Amino acid sequence: METTKNYRFSTIVTEFIMVLIGLLFLVPFYFLFVNSVKTFGDLLTNSAAWPEVFQWGNYANAWEKIKFPSALMNSLIVTVVSNLLLVLISSMAAYRMVRSDTRFNRILFGMFIAAMVIPFQSIMIPLVTVTSNLGLIDSLGGLIICYLGFGAPMSVFLFHGFVKSVPLEIEEAARVDGSSVYGVFFRIVFPLMKPMYVTVIILNTLWIWNDYLLPSLILQSSNLRTIPIATFALFGQYTKQWDLALPALVLGIMPIIIFFLLMQKYIIQGITAGSVKG
Amino acid sequence: MKHRKSSQLLQQLVFVGPSIVFFILIIVVPFLLGMYYSFTDWNGVSENINWVGFDNFLHIFANDPKFQTAFWFTVRFTVVGVVLTNIIGFFLAYFLTKPLKTRNILRTIFFMPNVIGGLLLGFIWQFIFVKGFSAVGDVTGWSFFNLPWLGDEPTAFWGIVIVFVWQTAGYLMVIYISSLTNVSPDLLEAAEIDGASRWQVLRSIILPLIMPGVTICLFLAISWSFKMFDLNLSLTKGGPFGSTESVALNIYNEAFVNNRYGIGTAKALIFFVIVAIITMIQVRLTKSKEVEA
Repeated sequence: METTKNYRFSTIVTEFIMVLIGLLFLVPFYFLFVNSVKTFGDLLTNSAAWPEVFQWGNYANAWEKIKFPSALMNSLIVTVVSNLLLVLISSMAAYRMVRSDTRFNRILFGMFIAAMVIPFQSIMIPLVTVTSNLGLIDSLGGLIICYLGFGAPMSVFLFHGFVKSVPLEIEEAARVDGSSVYGVFFRIVFPLMKPMYVTVIILNTLWIWNDYLLPSLILQSSNLRTIPIATFALFGQYTKQWDLALPALVLGIMPIIIFFLLMQKYIIQGITAGSVKG
Repeated sequence: MKHRKSSQLLQQLVFVGPSIVFFILIIVVPFLLGMYYSFTDWNGVSENINWVGFDNFLHIFANDPKFQTAFWFTVRFTVVGVVLTNIIGFFLAYFLTKPLKTRNILRTIFFMPNVIGGLLLGFIWQFIFVKGFSAVGDVTGWSFFNLPWLGDEPTAFWGIVIVFVWQTAGYLMVIYISSLTNVSPDLLEAAEIDGASRWQVLRSIILPLIMPGVTICLFLAISWSFKMFDLNLSLTKGGPFGSTESVALNIYNEAFVNNRYGIGTAKALIFFVIVAIITMIQVRLTKSKEVEA
């Protein structure tokens, strides 16, 4: 009896402390939202208080200044297309590398793993030269091609581990029934890889959607800006204009927060699976 | 036989070809080209590129105090950031694997900052440090909040650390939770019956058993903090007076602001070598400490 009472008491204390820490984690969001709808004067005098009047016009202003629809569209195009192509090319490569264990493929796989160690900043300078020579500068397509290159090593690595667990017998049965190698891959192996491509898509989405540095080097035109680029440009242009900057930040984080809340289960699974293998 | 060989070649091309092409164009070629540039005096635009041998490296080690400042800043930041984010991530996970009523929503809250990119997070916190902290300081009267946070050297360092921990602890928490739930409850119960204290259980049973998780978390935290760029750019831009400039930002400025591609690529190469060495040491060290139940 004594122990259960103790147990309950300590759980309640733990619960209380954790909720407090949780609220502490949310404080920055409180400041962000509350101040995003204040008038500039109100915001300067007391940024901790609840707004006196809700100035929703701040959002209309920010929406226009960062060209939100265009930035959102560009971010979506780059993230979605890069993801689809990455899943396709890297699952195919991983499948082949597992099933055809040649010396060439082993060396190639080793190179992919080694490349995962290279920090982006180590190759960004010559990358600008290479991409401008290839005509990839200032286009969303060019940016997507860069993501295919940077994303391939880790995606191939994750699929590689997964393909090894796919039993060969299923494929052999299909081969006997007359399917080609391509048919076996697309009709049998690819559907089996679903858990892994969910992981790969989640990891790549969080990376590509939030990436600033690579798009800042590749894209130049203002109509091609993704959300991080548009936000950075706004901050460069209107320093300390918080009544414009804060609603822009809220708009900027909204899509990924909504994605997170909807896909939470998969995201948590995805990063657990992805990091255990990484 | 010949037909078979050519169909094998075709399969290799179809399946692996696209990945190889992008990998070579986007990673291998720039990597090799960067090595070459690091021995030249190229400025990024000019037609003539002169071979200068090890001059760039000598310059960096002997005459570049900004790079050295950036290097020490990055090392200090990595040590402090990695330790703090792992401790906090672990304890969040430790308490959130207990039967709390609010644990699911708390897990969501702690993870949430992580889905927002470093650049936007940095801008959000710039506001918190500049306006939010002073407002809290006025209400509570605590001088802690009235410090010039991003405007002063020592506090700017801690400012970046705070945001980094806020951003990454939740991610590590998720990994620690999955490690902790794999620890068999029987073992913990047995230890409790044997009279082990909560601290002893944590240190002697839980920690050795979750060592694979610790390896992953250390690895991730080191790589995030050592390569930190976005947070740095949006919070302090390296200031005040270059005191919070990370190596990544220093490389960026050298190449794209000062237009010294030769020196920039030389720094980038040094950066790569250090990252590679840290990664190898770290994986080897923690792998050897793993225990199986």
